[in-house]
Amino acid sequence: MEHLKMLPIEHYIFLSTILFCIGVAGVLLRRNAIIILMSVELMLNAVNLLLAAFSVFHGDAAGQVFVFFIMIVAAAEVAVGLAILMVIYRNNHSTDIDLLSKLKW
Amino acid sequence: MTVLVLLSVLGLITLFSGFSSDKKLPIYLGIVGLAVVLGFNFMGWDLAHNAYNMVVADNYSIAFTTIMTFSTIFILFLLPDFSEKVEVPLAEITSLLLFTLFGAYLMVSYSNLVMLFIGIEILSISLYILAGSKKSNTASNEAAMKYFLMGSFATGFLLFGITLIYGATGSFDLGTIKTFVTDHAADTSTLLLVGVILMLIGLAFKISAAPFHFWAPDVYQGSPSLVTGFMATVVKTAGIAAFFKLFYTCFIPLADSWRTTIWVMAALTMTIGNITALYQTTFKRMLAYSSIAHAGYLLLALLALNNLSATAILYYATAYSLATIASFAVLITVHQAKQSHSLDSFKGLAKNNPFLAVMATIALCSLAGIPPLAGFFAKFYLFSAVIKEHFYWIVVIAVLNSCVGIFYYFRIIVNMFSPTAEQETIEVSSLYKMVIFVCIILSLVLGLLPDLILRCNL
Repeated sequence: MEHLKMLPIEHYIFLSTILFCIGVAGVLLRRNAIIILMSVELMLNAVNLLLAAFSVFHGDAAGQVFVFFIMIVAAAEVAVGLAILMVIYRNNHSTDIDLLSKLKW
Repeated sequence: MTVLVLLSVLGLITLFSGFSSDKKLPIYLGIVGLAVVLGFNFMGWDLAHNAYNMVVADNYSIAFTTIMTFSTIFILFLLPDFSEKVEVPLAEITSLLLFTLFGAYLMVSYSNLVMLFIGIEILSISLYILAGSKKSNTASNEAAMKYFLMGSFATGFLLFGITLIYGATGSFDLGTIKTFVTDHAADTSTLLLVGVILMLIGLAFKISAAPFHFWAPDVYQGSPSLVTGFMATVVKTAGIAAFFKLFYTCFIPLADSWRTTIWVMAALTMTIGNITALYQTTFKRMLAYSSIAHAGYLLLALLALNNLSATAILYYATAYSLATIASFAVLITVHQAKQSHSLDSFKGLAKNNPFLAVMATIALCSLAGIPPLAGFFAKFYLFSAVIKEHFYWIVVIAVLNSCVGIFYYFRIIVNMFSPTAEQETIEVSSLYKMVIFVCIILSLVLGLLPDLILRCNL
């Protein structure tokens, strides 16, 4: 684990923040539901990376255990999300979220 | 801890009871099981049982879980007739409602941020399915998809916030974070502040506070009505209780850096919710905006953060849940008779079914905050908690907003009592009558004897 500490923690924070922001931009800008899902995953993985880094720098295992929790929950979430997407695809024959505008804003 | 185990086992049992030939068995099991859970929950009062520093069943959590369990029991009573008409599978819905309640239990009794995250996720994932439970209905599909995308997006912010707080303090434990924040109040790191703000954004998404409320009206409108009723009561209560617990326990020393944000958020939420509700043409969507407005009032308690606020939130959530469940029961009955959610379908209700009209009037008056109903005293105690901390302008805004609220609630009441040419009687099933009646009686009793709840030592 020591070689992870060769870089200062700021580098990890910047990298994760950039990854997180790319994820946020993907959710806000893309219109395809699958790409949005992927962007959400990118956000969660940015968090995982940062948690692991903090965990090493604090010398505390709790952060890495939390990473496992996030992974499992994210998998459960994606399973439900893809099921919802399947139902929508059956009714609409598309995964474009702009079609989801029957309820007025 | 026993309560959590019981509740999760109950969810599994109801799920598998769907194989039974008796179609209503899951409901019976659910209601009886929840009564048992309530009993076990009460036994922990004043004991503050701590399970591995992860979950603490203190009076705060027991009080909130009790309200949420009662709301769920009411919703379960409404479920059989509803699922018959709408054709949603009973066993799955019942067990998902129970799993959502389990998530809500974790959200109010966590003492570690990991448990907060897991609670929110258990609650949300079950709700995504519930929102889309009318599979062939495109509105329901759309609601589920929007809720899912917005929910997981918000989870991202919440997690990033938790991570930054972990980075700054080195722990997920609420007690350790509290000690750290108190010790370093003078030289707070940017990491911690950004973390707090990101968590605030994530939680504001969950309770649909403006400017993160835009998903709520669509999701509330598209979901099956009973699920919407569940979201507006149990989920909102759990969200605000978790929000309050986190900020009250940990972040009071940092209050200067986030109080303004909460102030603006509360003012925006109340104003946007109430003003937009004025322009709605359907009752369901109007209730959605009114629930956004109520989230705004509840945010005031986060502004006050004194010894009155926890009981004020508890009382407000109770009053609001009772009135909302009654309104949704009326909404479902009228919708099944007239096949329409529009405000016009309430015309002449007083003539067609006087009982329903009177009950709906009392429920709406409680939501609007008319004395002597519980809704009035709920607003009163909440506002006085804020005034005690010398936030005068936000209370002025809140009172003005309540006046706007009275206007749109009374529009429906006027509709109900206006004459109409149609003369069709609206049938109310006995279970619906019972639930509506009990909710209204409890609203009246709590309005006349507010001490029943305010005496609680949270």
